[in-house]
Amino acid sequence: METKNILMVGVGGQGTILASKILSEGLVELGYDVKMSEIHGMSQRGGSVSTQIRYGKEVFAPTIGAGEADIMVSFETMEAARYIGMVKPDAKIIINRYRIFPPDVLAGECDYPDTIIDDLSAKLDVISLDAAGIAAGLGNPKCMNIVLLGALIKGMGLDTADWDSIIAKMVKPQFVELNRKALRAGMDAVE
Amino acid sequence: MKKLLTANEAIARGFYEAGGSVASAYPGTPSTEILENISNYKDELYCEWAPNEKVALETAIGAAIVGARSLAAMKHVGLNVAADPLFTAAYTGINAGLVIICADDPECHSSQNEQDNRHYARSAKIAMLEPSNSQEAKDMVRMALEISEEYDVPVMMRTTTRVNHSKSVVEIGERTELPMKPYTKDRMKYDAIPAISRQLHKKIEKRQLKLAEYSDSCALNFIVDNGAKVGVVAAGAAYQYSRDVFGDKANFFKVGMSYPMPIEAIRKFAMGLDKLYVIEELDPFMEEEIRAAGIDCIGKEIIPVCGELNSSIIRKAVFGEELPLAEVKTTVVGRPPALCAGCPHRGAFVQLGRYYKDAIVCGDIGCYALGGSAPYNAKDCAICMGAGVSLAHGMKKAFNHYGQTDRKVVAVIGDSTFFHTGINSLTGMLWNNGNALVIILDNRTTGMTGHQENPGTGYTLDGGKANIISIEEVVRALGAKNVRTVNPLDLAAMKEALDWGFGLNEPAVIITRYPCALKKYSPEDKEEFGTLDKCIIDAGKCIGCRACVRTGCPALVFNKENKKVVIDQGQCTGCSICMQVCPKDAISKKG
Repeated sequence: METKNILMVGVGGQGTILASKILSEGLVELGYDVKMSEIHGMSQRGGSVSTQIRYGKEVFAPTIGAGEADIMVSFETMEAARYIGMVKPDAKIIINRYRIFPPDVLAGECDYPDTIIDDLSAKLDVISLDAAGIAAGLGNPKCMNIVLLGALIKGMGLDTADWDSIIAKMVKPQFVELNRKALRAGMDAVE
Repeated sequence: MKKLLTANEAIARGFYEAGGSVASAYPGTPSTEILENISNYKDELYCEWAPNEKVALETAIGAAIVGARSLAAMKHVGLNVAADPLFTAAYTGINAGLVIICADDPECHSSQNEQDNRHYARSAKIAMLEPSNSQEAKDMVRMALEISEEYDVPVMMRTTTRVNHSKSVVEIGERTELPMKPYTKDRMKYDAIPAISRQLHKKIEKRQLKLAEYSDSCALNFIVDNGAKVGVVAAGAAYQYSRDVFGDKANFFKVGMSYPMPIEAIRKFAMGLDKLYVIEELDPFMEEEIRAAGIDCIGKEIIPVCGELNSSIIRKAVFGEELPLAEVKTTVVGRPPALCAGCPHRGAFVQLGRYYKDAIVCGDIGCYALGGSAPYNAKDCAICMGAGVSLAHGMKKAFNHYGQTDRKVVAVIGDSTFFHTGINSLTGMLWNNGNALVIILDNRTTGMTGHQENPGTGYTLDGGKANIISIEEVVRALGAKNVRTVNPLDLAAMKEALDWGFGLNEPAVIITRYPCALKKYSPEDKEEFGTLDKCIIDAGKCIGCRACVRTGCPALVFNKENKKVVIDQGQCTGCSICMQVCPKDAISKKG
């Protein structure tokens, strides 16, 4: 098979790293060669963050360049627009309807762009979901990242792996059940 | 057993499996997690944080000389600090293996420059290995230690951010437990005085030839033959990008040992090819060696010298092809990193920016690099670790020389950076009757790299109790008479300290002491700093003047419609800086 490219973007602190770790473990269990790349450092201080996961028979480059992502999951609405140059024209885009205001918007210097989901939907295959609302409905807004992971897994047709046991390996025992529910809720949200 | 590991995790595992005994490092992105992961094996080896990279490397050299396999890890600019021991350890050689992990940062993801440290290997005349994925990173640590022992040479393993921080599949092995190698006194080998060093230099020139022979024949350098008429020479991440871009349209010469270069092996590889590409990040390091050997190649005339490579850049450079992109018109607002809600550095920068706009602020390396951005605009320059204090000292001396004695110059440096090399800079300033103002932002941890212990925190790498080295006592011992410790969250005290420091015509040191907002408090922190109540805002009193917002706290949200500020309770730490700048007393403490 041709190598597939997944792009996860968001804001430092949103849990993209845990989500990508769980995903990578699952891909290894499914028998794929996997590479995952992320950027640490200053981006942890509330900046824009991205994680790239590549899987296939034999994966070479650890990262992707412009126009290479088969799917992008944006944990925050505006970040989808920031990284749009990385996706293929026929890519699937999953956007969390969740806004984190950058400094200039917080300070009232400019407005948060309102039309991003519409702008992207006009040209691309976009699914938007309220992962924060779904997570809150499950009793813990913090599992928003796993809801989005569920949507991604469904979007890439990877739902055949035993995600329940992978989650059990990757998260603390007291959060296993919550995260399993979150993953299923995310899968259901994009059906 | 197979595991998905970053190269940093794999390097740690490789050192453990290869019977590594002593490891030392100073944290620096992208190398920090190497030592953090080595400390997972602390029951079977010894590891520690050093105050700087020079100390880390010297510690590792010492351990290697007496017979323990050793490792020192650092980011690229760290090797500048450690270059002094490196060049002479290259002369003395070692006893047990010594590997120096050096993590370059093309694209400056978290660094002040994107220097290419491969030049160090050539310059110091030591062997260099370059892994291109995590499995190679693990295997090469063992190889490096073996080469080190076989050829009596420190071995550098050069990585880049994309290798350090990328995960790939690694086969996990067992540890080889090694006895200590016997140490015998041998001044003619280890005592680098002129008469001995002249002899050692001759020895290492001979070693160079042997290493070059080894490089030409070793399995670290290998060929992927696709029967093509085009050849690609590549190392590190650039090799992986090239495999994707060229596919089976090229034969590959994968360089794993990049110094000395396997020149004769490359010459053989190039024979019969129509074209030879050298694909490498940053400088034309391999290209120059290949051209110098009279082998024709295509390199930096098409591959960029600046920044990181990726498949798209190489594809465009070589084949002139660009992948189609999604055609979307939309708007994006910048999201630069910002000081966290509750960051104790905020108090210092708010007051410097408000009251001392004309002062020249010399910054340093750490989270407080953000002090130069809006809304603080409280930084003029930054060069490297520890430089802030000596830059300020030099500026002040120059102003004084030209009679501009009233010019205000201040250095701003963090606690870990102070212990790293700031302490030397302050020594120079105090010794030479300098009179700049120095602010040491002591947030009780090494913040930027993710909360490593440092000499002031009272703990070692493995969480053990340690001697707390008091910054205030150190500064006084160096001879500073004017020293004040303030709580930076108290804006009045902060301003008073700045007025005092700038008002003196003598050297002065202000230590701002309050923990990083993200720090997990130690028992000592809990006792000293306690807990804070969050801040709430009375919407009736808020006039929408945005004075609080101009402190740059990400917990404050200005609503343009009703012209009121809201405090995000999830982010607020109760630092109360907003409360202190509000002209209408609209902000108060909860409870």
